[in-house]
Amino acid sequence: MIDPTPMRMRDKIVLRVVSKLLIPFILLFGLYVQFHGDFGPGGGFQAGVIFAAGFILYGLIFGLDEVETVVPHRFVEIGSALGVLIYGGVGVVNMMLGANFLDYSVLAHDPAHGRHYGILAIEAGVGLTVFATMMLIFYAFADRGRRPGGAA
Amino acid sequence: MPSIPVELPIFILHLLTALLIARLRGLFSAAMLTGIFSLLSCCLFTLMDAVDVAFTEAAVGAGISTVLILGTLALTDREERQRPARALPFVVVIVTGAALIYGTFDMPPFGAADAPIHMHPVVQTFVHGAEHDFHIPNIVTVILASYRGYDTLGETAVIFTAGVGVLLLLVEGKRAGDPPSEPDHGSDGSDVPRDEAA
Repeated sequence: MIDPTPMRMRDKIVLRVVSKLLIPFILLFGLYVQFHGDFGPGGGFQAGVIFAAGFILYGLIFGLDEVETVVPHRFVEIGSALGVLIYGGVGVVNMMLGANFLDYSVLAHDPAHGRHYGILAIEAGVGLTVFATMMLIFYAFADRGRRPGGAA
Repeated sequence: MPSIPVELPIFILHLLTALLIARLRGLFSAAMLTGIFSLLSCCLFTLMDAVDVAFTEAAVGAGISTVLILGTLALTDREERQRPARALPFVVVIVTGAALIYGTFDMPPFGAADAPIHMHPVVQTFVHGAEHDFHIPNIVTVILASYRGYDTLGETAVIFTAGVGVLLLLVEGKRAGDPPSEPDHGSDGSDVPRDEAA
């Protein structure tokens, strides 16, 4: 439960220990889903959400200020736009190399490798946008909860 | 002897959860039950071999949206306000549900080999291409990122737009002075530079 006063959650030792144990694995799993999305289920979207979930869990337990020092507001705002830019940028790079927009085959000598690199690049863009946007929405919500309580 | 499909208990649990959500007055329990509803959907998608969708449902439906609902809950009451029951919403829901179920009659049976989606020639292009042009085993990724890359670019832009929309609604709305933040005007003023950073 999100309480306007995050102090209460932080004082609960079970929550604190379990979340600290879980968060590294959540983040690792997020990275796995991101970079293994072409071989197993997953991809940028799921990875971004999982990655954000790890940080949101941290924010829920330890408070908004703590997580904002790890993932600053500014980073989240820029990252949200940067992901889309990476995606579109890969497409434009392809055009500059003489192929169609978002035709990745020209990114490497072997067209299959080029397509693979292209997919990795745009998935990174998707992951960044999704992660940043999820954090952004979480911050926007949690910030409102913090204000009336004056816990910040 | 006809065997009971394993999806049946999950569907029944879906139904029970939905009924409980509709009946419950306590918003906290209702919020948790929506998370459970998403988790049940996730099981269903896994059973239907839609692992990528199940993945998304687990992360977004059961994870993030439950957190966001709880976050909203912290801003409101814990109890639903009792209101006189009205007929119109109920009728709308019933009619919509009936229309959706009627629509499924036109769909091919689940897993049918001659379903249009398996018969279309473009499927061969995708399946064959993923193996030979990409060397990527996950066809879903290939289709989303490459064959329909333009769509996915649009979806990414939609997510970005959603984030911007939330920022505009929640963060900007604060400066206009919403009722709960009226009392502490001092902290509101100090936060203005931060709002501008957004």
